Amino acid sequence: MNNYDAIIIGAGHNGLTNAAYLAKAGLNVVVLEKNDYIGGAAVSRELHEGWIYSSCSYVCSMMRQALHRDLDLSRHGLLLVPYLGTINFGDGGERLFSYHDGEAARLELKRHSPHDADAMFRFRADLTRYSLLIRKTLLRTPPDPTSFRPRDIHELLFLARQFWALGEKQIYEYVRFFTMSAAEYLEDYFENDLIKAAMASPGIIGTALGVYSPGSSYILLHHVMGDVDGSIGAWGLARGGMGAISDAIANALKEHGGEIRTGAGVQKVLVNNRKAVGVVLENGDQIGAGIVVSNLDARRTFTRIMDRNDLPDGIFEKAVNFKIRGSSGKVNIALSGMPKFTHVPENRYIARGGQGFAGSLETMERAYDCWKRGRWSDDPFIESVIPSAWDPTVAPPGKHWMSNFVQYCPPELADGPWTPEKRDQFGQTVVDKIERYSPGFKDLIVHMEVRTPHEIEQEIGLTEGNIFQGELTVDQLLFNRPFPGYAQYRMPGKKLYMCGS
Amino acid sequence: MNTTDPYAGERLQESPFHPRLQALNIRNAWASWNGYKFAEYYYDAEYEYFCVRNSCGTYDISPMQKYEISGPDAEAMLNRMVTRDVAKIKLNRVAYCVWCTDEGRMIDDGTIFKLSSDKFMLTCGSPCSAWLEKSVFGFDGVKVADVTDNLAALSVQGPTSCAVLKNMGLIGIDAAKRFDIMRFPFHGDTLMVSRTGFTGDLGYELWIRPALALELWDELYAAGADYGIQPYGEVATNMARLEAAFIMPAMEFNEALRTVHFEHDQTPFELNLGWLVDFDKPHFSGRSALLREKKRGSQYALTKLDIEGNKPAEGSYIYKNKRCTRKIGYVTSAMWSPAVKANIALAMIRTEHLQGQLWAEIYYEKELRQYSRVARCTRKEKPFWAPARARVTPPPDY
Ligand SMILES: Cc1cc2nc3c(=O)[nH]c(=O)nc-3n(C[C@H](O)[C@H](O)[C@H](O)COP(=O)(O)OP(=O)(O)OC[C@H]3O[C@@H](n4cnc5c(N)ncnc54)[C@H](O)[C@@H]3O)c2cc1C
Repeated sequence: MNNYDAIIIGAGHNGLTNAAYLAKAGLNVVVLEKNDYIGGAAVSRELHEGWIYSSCSYVCSMMRQALHRDLDLSRHGLLLVPYLGTINFGDGGERLFSYHDGEAARLELKRHSPHDADAMFRFRADLTRYSLLIRKTLLRTPPDPTSFRPRDIHELLFLARQFWALGEKQIYEYVRFFTMSAAEYLEDYFENDLIKAAMASPGIIGTALGVYSPGSSYILLHHVMGDVDGSIGAWGLARGGMGAISDAIANALKEHGGEIRTGAGVQKVLVNNRKAVGVVLENGDQIGAGIVVSNLDARRTFTRIMDRNDLPDGIFEKAVNFKIRGSSGKVNIALSGMPKFTHVPENRYIARGGQGFAGSLETMERAYDCWKRGRWSDDPFIESVIPSAWDPTVAPPGKHWMSNFVQYCPPELADGPWTPEKRDQFGQTVVDKIERYSPGFKDLIVHMEVRTPHEIEQEIGLTEGNIFQGELTVDQLLFNRPFPGYAQYRMPGKKLYMCGS
Repeated sequence: MNTTDPYAGERLQESPFHPRLQALNIRNAWASWNGYKFAEYYYDAEYEYFCVRNSCGTYDISPMQKYEISGPDAEAMLNRMVTRDVAKIKLNRVAYCVWCTDEGRMIDDGTIFKLSSDKFMLTCGSPCSAWLEKSVFGFDGVKVADVTDNLAALSVQGPTSCAVLKNMGLIGIDAAKRFDIMRFPFHGDTLMVSRTGFTGDLGYELWIRPALALELWDELYAAGADYGIQPYGEVATNMARLEAAFIMPAMEFNEALRTVHFEHDQTPFELNLGWLVDFDKPHFSGRSALLREKKRGSQYALTKLDIEGNKPAEGSYIYKNKRCTRKIGYVTSAMWSPAVKANIALAMIRTEHLQGQLWAEIYYEKELRQYSRVARCTRKEKPFWAPARARVTPPPDY
């Protein structure tokens, strides 16, 4: 009873991409999505008339160019627009502008520290070298180091060759890099605290690590690997919001004959003889398929939509223990005008970059301490951007919206469960902080959407609201992702695959 | 003290918009075009390119050559010069045209504006007075005037361009179809607007007396402030036009009148512009040569290529085989397209080899060392960038 060649559970951008490639290859596929909209965390939503939020994710960095071309996404309406530099706000009123132009950026660094301006050359070269190495490995099915299949051995040799090409000294550096904290790593290069804070901030986004936690420097790398236009490290916005990405992929999928069903939550994966044969929907319908692919995170896949008895011994436990610690909140704010920031000149370009409210390493670490104790920080690190400053499609002319990614926000509070009141208090904390740097900001607010890890989990089904579907710490990457022994996007069960982050 | 600039004679001419351009050219990136100082870019070329694709960009086309051709024989004279049938151009319409030598080699391309029954404007990239003088020969009732310095021109391109013009008070502009001309009162004078451009996107060109150029600029920029208006320069233009697969002099074609080596110039057929050559109209320059070419077939064909990988194939040869032993053409323009996310190029390829495999040998530099790679090329029939909004009337607001 095969209704389809393949079922993809979840219409996140990864599920849609997977489905589109399968459909392009000629398979008869269906995507089953529990929400009545597609996109998962890559979604555009009009929650207040005229304003379109990228509700969850807001910038596009690591999308592969190959995907864009293979699925012809520009023809399907996708335009990714790179954005200009970021303003970093220091605790003491300092401002660090990361200008787009290399010379301008260097002069700005020099104003803060001539030493750091020079050190930036070495920092960039080192990071680029590491990120090139990672890119060579990221896009390949990770090898299983304990397997003797030719492909795995070949892959390991490939990785080894890439690695040895670095030279002995660099290998030490590279290994050190993987294990150090972002703060420690930056110490090697820079003296100015705001520069360090600005550099460290991408390192902690979405993780449950602090800038001083070992292993946090690696995540720093993940954020300089952006693929917008081949220039490593460039970030871009999708015209029309992040949902434009999901929509374009969905259009490509449909053009290749694929099907998407919304409002079709999967209750259970049907397994017969250790082999996935289909799914049961929440409404009781059964759908059969040759293969089943899950777009959900590992923990959800194994603990929610699979029967424990269908799993090999130990997997359930591993899934329960898979580290998924939510740490971020998102506050989307519709504004009646462009906010003005103190000590920031008003020029036509500055508003078109992002705003980083990092303060200092110290402030960021204190924010992390709050999270560890099950509280949100009252002086959080906020990474913001005003997409309407350069996307004419997401707010009425002259009006704006600001995306605020807030670090840290715990999935569970020490003083009892999340309530709508607490959620609003959290939102208020964010607004208060921005108001400190932009007097009058509050008066511009037209509408606000506050999302704590709690809402993100409820709506999108990202466990604990973790933005990466499981932490990107060293012990959970490549051949150890999701669990040792089960990498390669394959699963403990035949005909069953994963395609999430 | 009376100071005269001892270098005055060597300095470039300034466009009527120059005071505004200068203020915004914070990188001081100037090039030149027809003796005018001309921005390469203002802030960041790629950023400006994205404004054209995402919001609205303005491009100073004042240095473009503009000629007014008037008199009872104006139409006949132009019809004798260009390959397209000028008699078919309706009043207040613009037509893209090319003109050739008697040998059918292309001199230049440009646009003809029909301003009244006996008055036309011809615009083109390179100075053309001498050729126009020659073409007037035998026509008594024609007057040719170079109006380049008497007309400031600004191209306004991108998805919000129509919204900006509407916001500026140009009521009815959204009714203009592609290649339409409209006129609006402006400070006691007339602002001419044509729905034309060189970006392949929605866009307009504004034509005004130089004395009113700055007023025009200021009103346009005030109207465009909330629509992402931004000046762009030559680099961004070149990117946009390549995506639209528009040809550029000194890239896709070598102007015939400046060509030294035999047949190092091109014909309209080779440049895919056969649709501009009308053999049903009265005699025109190059007719017999072009008719012969049409019957016999062309040597080369300008071809749109999608090339694997992401290294631009600038200056590459095109080969018939992967081993690169059988050369069949050359790339004229190439770049990584940020909008389409493809490695695109235009190439001149020997027509007899068009149907077979195409390989480009691409050279690139990495930290002082030269590398090369051979990449497979795929022929594309359509322009790389051709959004529906460019053709729709009324166009969308973004
Ligand atoms: C607040 C926030 C901000 C972020 N910011 C960024 C950013 O700026 N840049 C960036 O690159 N990344 C960002 N991320 C991360 C990025 O958005 C995610 O990694 C990515 O969207 C995950 O995509 P996915 O397709 O793997 O999964 P998801 O988007 O999680 O999709 C899973 C889908 O499965 C559906 N589903 C769940 N359960 C079921 C079921 N039982 N049956 C059927 N369907 C089901 C869900 O509704 C959802 O549509 C952010 C994430 C969050 C939450």
